Amino acid sequence: MEILVCIKMVPDTAENEIEPNSDGTDIERDDLVYSVNEWDNYAVEEAIQIRDNIGGSVTVVTAGDENSEEILRREMAMGADKGILLSDEAFLNSDGKGIATILRAEIEKGKYDLILTGAQADDGAAQVGGMLAAMLDIPYASLVSSIEIIDDTRIKAGREIEGGNREMNEIDLPCVLSIQTGINEPRYVGIRGIRKVASLDIPVHNASELNISPDTVGEAGSMVKKIDYFVPEPGEGAEILEGSNEEIIEKLVDLLKSNGGIK
Amino acid sequence: MARQIFAFIRHKDGVVDDSAYEFITAANKISSGALSVAVVTGCGAQLDSVCNEIKSSFSSVWKIDNEALSYPNAEIIRPVLTKMLPGDAIVLFGHDTLGMDLAPGLSIKMDSPFISDVIDFENIEGSELRLIRQEFSGQVCTHVSCDISSGAIINVRPGSFLPDESKSAGGEVIDKSAEAGDLSSKRRFLEIIEAEMGDIDITKSEILVSVGRGIEDEDNIEIAKELAEVIGADVSCSRPIVDAKWMEKGRQVGTSGKTVSPKVYIALGISGSFQHLGGLKGNPFIVAINKNPRAPIFQVADVGVVDDLLDFVPELTETIQKS
Repeated sequence: MEILVCIKMVPDTAENEIEPNSDGTDIERDDLVYSVNEWDNYAVEEAIQIRDNIGGSVTVVTAGDENSEEILRREMAMGADKGILLSDEAFLNSDGKGIATILRAEIEKGKYDLILTGAQADDGAAQVGGMLAAMLDIPYASLVSSIEIIDDTRIKAGREIEGGNREMNEIDLPCVLSIQTGINEPRYVGIRGIRKVASLDIPVHNASELNISPDTVGEAGSMVKKIDYFVPEPGEGAEILEGSNEEIIEKLVDLLKSNGGIK
Repeated sequence: MARQIFAFIRHKDGVVDDSAYEFITAANKISSGALSVAVVTGCGAQLDSVCNEIKSSFSSVWKIDNEALSYPNAEIIRPVLTKMLPGDAIVLFGHDTLGMDLAPGLSIKMDSPFISDVIDFENIEGSELRLIRQEFSGQVCTHVSCDISSGAIINVRPGSFLPDESKSAGGEVIDKSAEAGDLSSKRRFLEIIEAEMGDIDITKSEILVSVGRGIEDEDNIEIAKELAEVIGADVSCSRPIVDAKWMEKGRQVGTSGKTVSPKVYIALGISGSFQHLGGLKGNPFIVAINKNPRAPIFQVADVGVVDDLLDFVPELTETIQKS
């Protein structure tokens, strides 16, 4: 089975506090630590496990600048066979549809049975997978938490729905699935693993190689535009306890007692 | 002429989802006095009862009745909506497991902009609609604008708009079933596998000590258990803890886990994504302990402590134990 996994480099929220920059045009990007989007990492692990079970190949692809090569290499160290970087000035500031347009162009150059994305990334939009499937006119399922390959033409996929219940579907191939966290346990990648793939070639495809008209992607092609970033208002009732640790604990114990928080 | 805004109504076992009434408020924020049209797919008597329940709340209700729509399969519904809706329609969905499945692809088929997980609408200037969404699990907000002259597909965050239950629109049900078109699909619904029940039922707990990513290591869960022990609480958790297989699924609070309604909820190292908060009902007294002052949990908590839970909680436990 030929599997493509679409990944994205994002600021690692476990490592960073995210806040707007001084003029609100972006988040503060100085000193941010970047990594592969958490959901995408589960998608790559799932692809590798499917390939190891039934054969085939795993390709990871991302649209980004030259720094994104690092996450492609990381996922290749996990076990992906090939990485492709889609990079062009014209791709900058693409909205979700723009990203889907870029990925579609790459997908149509190859032949893939299964295309995976993360269920969502840093902007929480959860949109690229569904858009991509619609552009390719193939079936889509979001929030996938289990995959079983039936044969060359069909899979069984479980979607995580409300209440932790699982909605089981039979889906014809090729298809696009967006992968939910927890579907597997992504393997650890050490420095040694990354070194092993350090010299592998990662092809870079630009807009003209992908036959993408620059006005359909990037800033120019965006139907949805970000105006600014700002900090959400704190809740009205939220009281942040301050003082020495003893004082904070004393206040907190009183509050817990008066609200029935200590039996 | 008043603008028409469509809302896709979710329902289950004949019960209308709360989002239906939130859409009315949302539609009025987009365009005051908008004519809101409910679109409801389903089948048989349950569909009829849903349509009847909501018809006084919407200007009109489009009923699309077919056996093939008895379970809401996004891959079947999307082509039906593409065929039926006007090309420049503004359509609202809930940003839930069906809306996420259905709406992004619909925006491509309709050639309309898609705006996901919207928490508020600001104003329309000409054909530019301005709205607010969040990024990085609620750590920052953004103003976003889009041109709605060719329509828009908008996913609205559940619970972000007050429900409008005034039932003052007095609409009628219009049967659109004959226009549904092709209902075959390359994705076929098979069955629902119910979530497993855990060793305890956290939906019945009065006090919950809940653990999030800030606990950092599986061994540290003991810190939460010790606090729970001295105050008589049960231990629950957020999604990353279940993903890491540190606790069982039955203890997860959130839209994809359990919906709980304790009197007191103590969130340890939980950032407070809307999916997590969606599982918290009944207005509990919320205590948040988190080292990140920007964690969205502080926007909803009653009391907050900005500190590393690994240092703070053992001290708290010890103090309570001594007293």
